[in-house]
Amino acid sequence: MMPTTLPETRPHRSWWHRNQIAITPWLFLAPALLFFAVYVIVPIFQSVGISFTEWDGLGQPTPVGLQNYEELYYDPAFYTSLKNNVIWLLLYLLAIPAGLFIALFLNQTVTGIRIYKSLFFFPFVISQVVVGLVFTWFYDPAFGLLNVILEQVGLGPINVLGDPDYVTYGIIIAGLWPQTAYCMILYLTGLNAVNSELIEAGRLDNAKGLRMLWHVVLPQLRPATFIAFVVTIIGALRSFDLISVMTQGGPFGSSRVLSYYMFEVALSEYGFRMGYGAAVAVVLFLIMMLFIAYFLWSMYREERRR
Amino acid sequence: MTSLKATVAAAGIIAAGLAHAQESNLSGTLTIFSDMSNPAPRAVMEGLAEDFDAMHPDLDVELTVIDREAYKTQIRNFLSANPPDVFNWYAGNRMRPYVNAGLFMDVSDIWDDELSSQLASTKSALTLDGNQYGVPYTYYQWGMYYRPDIYEEYGLTPAEDWETFKSNCQTLLDNDVKCFALGSKFLWTVAAWFDYINLRTNGYDFHMQLTNGEIAWTDDRVRQTFANWRELIDMGAYIDDHTAYSWQEALPFFVNGEAASYLMGNFAVAPMREAGLSDEQLGYFQFPEINADVEMAEDAPTDTFHVAANAENPEAGKAFLRYVTSPEVQTEMNGPDGLGQLPVNSEASVPDDKFLQQGFEVLSSNAPGGLAQFFDRDAPAEMAQVAMENFQRFMVQPDSLDQILDQLERARQRIYD
Repeated sequence: MMPTTLPETRPHRSWWHRNQIAITPWLFLAPALLFFAVYVIVPIFQSVGISFTEWDGLGQPTPVGLQNYEELYYDPAFYTSLKNNVIWLLLYLLAIPAGLFIALFLNQTVTGIRIYKSLFFFPFVISQVVVGLVFTWFYDPAFGLLNVILEQVGLGPINVLGDPDYVTYGIIIAGLWPQTAYCMILYLTGLNAVNSELIEAGRLDNAKGLRMLWHVVLPQLRPATFIAFVVTIIGALRSFDLISVMTQGGPFGSSRVLSYYMFEVALSEYGFRMGYGAAVAVVLFLIMMLFIAYFLWSMYREERRR
Repeated sequence: MTSLKATVAAAGIIAAGLAHAQESNLSGTLTIFSDMSNPAPRAVMEGLAEDFDAMHPDLDVELTVIDREAYKTQIRNFLSANPPDVFNWYAGNRMRPYVNAGLFMDVSDIWDDELSSQLASTKSALTLDGNQYGVPYTYYQWGMYYRPDIYEEYGLTPAEDWETFKSNCQTLLDNDVKCFALGSKFLWTVAAWFDYINLRTNGYDFHMQLTNGEIAWTDDRVRQTFANWRELIDMGAYIDDHTAYSWQEALPFFVNGEAASYLMGNFAVAPMREAGLSDEQLGYFQFPEINADVEMAEDAPTDTFHVAANAENPEAGKAFLRYVTSPEVQTEMNGPDGLGQLPVNSEASVPDDKFLQQGFEVLSSNAPGGLAQFFDRDAPAEMAQVAMENFQRFMVQPDSLDQILDQLERARQRIYD
């Protein structure tokens, strides 16, 4: 049943046909862009807006200008959180060499290697809440395994999570456990892609051990290293769940980080200072922005080089 | 469960018959949001709702029970977005942000002369700016829960004054028993110590002025409170590493006899008994006198019912508030099968339990100074957070007292402006 009159051979193609190629990607992107704008971009500006007000979440916000930021400047709790954030950032990076080491160690063919690999990956699979609980018990001064071991070698009990000097390190060690597993899996997949011809060539040139690792293997693992850096740094900055589960920021606020402090002042049982919480969030956002901008820039540079 | 409900229901109907002037012309729906989510309180609340429903044939009672901890943050959302007619909350300053935001209904008309005299002990705790914003249904005493068997072993008797309190403690310490169990991980337990030492050192009125922000934290009288507290800390009276434990995690020290007493609310009795302590091994005494010039005052946190300002059925809501304040209902709901706490109505009868009887005695005749609600209910939430954190810090680093008081004073000036 062919139509009796065929359309003319398109002297004017429709607007849609002319622009199809240009428009299609935007159409596919539209849902994601819309949600990204509504749930990420707009809230960023809203938070910045709220940070210039005083608001308990119930009544009307009162604009107070820069007062919240001024208060942050004099707030010792803010500096404790900031300091802890820096400690987290630095020590969390240990997950990368540790992950690399385990990955190199596991990158061999022996019977049952898959089981070993999955065992090493296990901590990343379980919830952070469980990790937090396990380490809380491990550190418990009365019955914790750590202190049982210390007692065996004649050392006194250490109250890791109740001592303002040790608490942050104690939580970071708990956090390193799953994070190392994550970096390990990144490197394991990276190692699969290492070009064996290059290794052979290195062997011929008499490269071994560390020199081989540094000059031949590691350059090929660059993409894995980059991703490991990104996830570890972002992970360190948003360390919230472990602190919430293990100490709730205590003792007397010495294990807080910015994200937890924000939650505490804005959303916890005794909080509801939305303006102040938003100001903390803005500071955290700016710090994250530094890293994210750097990552985006270096990714862009990589792309250009190709 | 069903039999319990049936008993509660039967008692409720009798109570309804006895209770005077209960309007039966209520109609529509009464929505109740409750934080009584633990098993026993939940059964009590469900019983109350059923009875009230049965008393008013034209009225439909809809009860929603929310987890007690989650409730503390959810209340903000539901009060402004989707207000129920009746809901639970706490007395004291904990009501203030909501009252200021106009979310609690003024229920002063329920507080007629008769009810005011029956509920006199807590009227002030439900009064803000001269009006009442809710009614109490239960409260409980705080105090020293101790091990009479250990005290006997070392020839001690519960202290009534500060010197004996300290010398008892020294005897215990000399015998390798800590004086006090404490789990300060979640901070509020240290507030009880501050409350009591401050109430005994400076009295109820001073304590209330301090929590109301009318007195500087750097005041010498506040320093005296901390100095008294420090005597205990310097003795090593508290269990080691209390910052690592919740109050429940610190219970084993008390149950195993490594610590001889525990400053706690009456809710701790149930887990202590469950852990195997018999009534011969578990006793209660009032926190001893420190300054003979101030009257004894106590912490007695009160739980309450309120009507939302935007309630759809305020008439039924107020009728429900009247219902839960009647002596019969309060006796029943606080009974051993119910909450196992103290009824607030003075004409209600106190459950036949050693600790509740003692607590009732202390609160009704041995606390002439007044009844405080507890630090985090008397002080505004923000102040409570800063203060409790610093109390814990003081217990670990008593030498930083000056820094601590400066920080509290700065917080006071910001919070109560």
